[in-house]
Amino acid sequence: MSVLSGVKHIILVLSGKGGVGKSTVSTQLALALKEAGFKVGLLDVDLCGPSVPYLLQLEDRDVHKCDEGWVPVYADSDQKLAVMSIGFLLKDRDASVVWRGPKKNAMIKQFLTDVYWQDIDFLVIDTPPGTSDEHITVMENLKDLPCDGALLVTTSQAVSVEDCMKELSFCKKANIPVLGVLENLSGFVCPVCSECTNIFSSGGGKSLANLNNIPFLGSIPIDPSLGECGEKGKSCISVKPNSPASKVFKDLVLTIAQGSGMSVD
Amino acid sequence: MEQHPADAPEHCPGTQSESAGKVSACAGCPNQSICSSGAANAPDPGIQLVKNRLSAVKHKILVLSGKGGVGKSTFTALLARSLASLDTDRNVGVLDIDVCGPSQPRVMGVVGEQVHMSGSGWSPVYVDENIAVMSIGFLLKGPEEAVIWRGPKKNQMIRQFLSDVDWGELEYLIIDTPPGTSDEHLSATTYLQGVNLDGAIIVTTPQEVALLDVRKEIDFCHKVKIPILGVVENMTAFVCPKCKTPSHIFPPNSGGAAKMAQEKSLRLLGQLPLDPRIARSCDEGLNPLAEFPDSPVVTAMDGLVKALLETLSARGDANGCAMDTS
Repeated sequence: MSVLSGVKHIILVLSGKGGVGKSTVSTQLALALKEAGFKVGLLDVDLCGPSVPYLLQLEDRDVHKCDEGWVPVYADSDQKLAVMSIGFLLKDRDASVVWRGPKKNAMIKQFLTDVYWQDIDFLVIDTPPGTSDEHITVMENLKDLPCDGALLVTTSQAVSVEDCMKELSFCKKANIPVLGVLENLSGFVCPVCSECTNIFSSGGGKSLANLNNIPFLGSIPIDPSLGECGEKGKSCISVKPNSPASKVFKDLVLTIAQGSGMSVD
Repeated sequence: MEQHPADAPEHCPGTQSESAGKVSACAGCPNQSICSSGAANAPDPGIQLVKNRLSAVKHKILVLSGKGGVGKSTFTALLARSLASLDTDRNVGVLDIDVCGPSQPRVMGVVGEQVHMSGSGWSPVYVDENIAVMSIGFLLKGPEEAVIWRGPKKNQMIRQFLSDVDWGELEYLIIDTPPGTSDEHLSATTYLQGVNLDGAIIVTTPQEVALLDVRKEIDFCHKVKIPILGVVENMTAFVCPKCKTPSHIFPPNSGGAAKMAQEKSLRLLGQLPLDPRIARSCDEGLNPLAEFPDSPVVTAMDGLVKALLETLSARGDANGCAMDTS
């Protein structure tokens, strides 16, 4: 079976740094694209720390085999959001996947070739932090495919921006177009006095984008309720339409749809 | 633990396996004859080199977390600075084995420094009179340079960091790791198996999505038989600088680190609140302990270090070699 046949567009979610919100952004983007009327796949290639099944509250689900390959887990009853993660293959949620590169690469290759996505408009690929085996394998296998580009997620801290610069160098070397930079965990509004504190500083994502001439896609403030939207299987756009995060994702869906020549409902 | 050469086929049984070189997947592999001869099964000579090098290091501590961005590097830096301030005659070393995302040069304020190679090995970078740091960050041209390496090259680098750095005499060597349970972790634990590692400190944040990965790291420690010294919860609560109301930015929706530690029968060494001043001073490479002595993080660190020293000395007593950690 050829790699990702039936997938029209591919979006990679990358970040050099861990814990900046790659998986939250991936799930929210997938949900937002789905709610905009597209058929979407979400592939989690973080093998040592898969977060997508938990974020979408799909941890008890299993993948099945059919003649065409693995049937992904559907997050909704109309089968418009298909999800694949190593989390679905582990029996115990506390079990560690202690694998060196070659085994991880073989698994990712299987994810890219053996999952029966059927016809989907967008495949969002959530990655682990770093620029190593997982990334090289994904990049090598996507060489001749319609990869729309990478979305870089960072917080505003120098430690995160620095790792993101490395990821950007990786994209350049691998010839992966960069869709832009998204700044996450950008400021916290105190629920009592409404004072906004930039816990992880501010402006780092924007200056990273400016410095490298890539689009800045917006900043998402710290909002503990953002995670809860994913747990309900909904995007923040439908749960909290007026929140700053909703605006960022609405714009992002438009940008991605326009870039791929598709129209939003 | 399994070892796979870079050019191994997909179903390589591992060079340490009894069936190495003998199963169908080995057919055509360039390493087949070495594997089937049993030569690959001999212990890695690096283990002895690391043992020799680290013989003058009294305590070796790994800082681990399955999850990224929970504060492993910040905590490592705070711990190193705290331990170093206890007694200026005792040296503390920090080794950063996060090859793809090294943060120690930034957090310790030594960005742009170079390491030098001498007859006795690499000289680490000194942050203070008694704190030395080694990181791949010192070997790169600039912060934007990406290290796009697969496992075997990362392993080689980590081996060198463990065996070739001229630390001199150290009271503590704290090893900062990347997230996950893969090459870096396996290499470090393999090479450290001969050196009487004190154990690992597990760092987490309070929310379930972090704890989920952290439980996997604990499972990893059990699998490779690394003792766990305890758990540290970082970013526990954020106190609004204006109205002083504490908020749970990363809500402990499954009971936080306290509940997890209890479930796994581990000691919770301490909880560190979120203080934006500390985060900023780490970004700027300043010493937060000296800059903001009034920060609740500094108070929490004091208690945490006390708990850690107790744990270390209890372990030392149990091993029959009582240590003076007063």
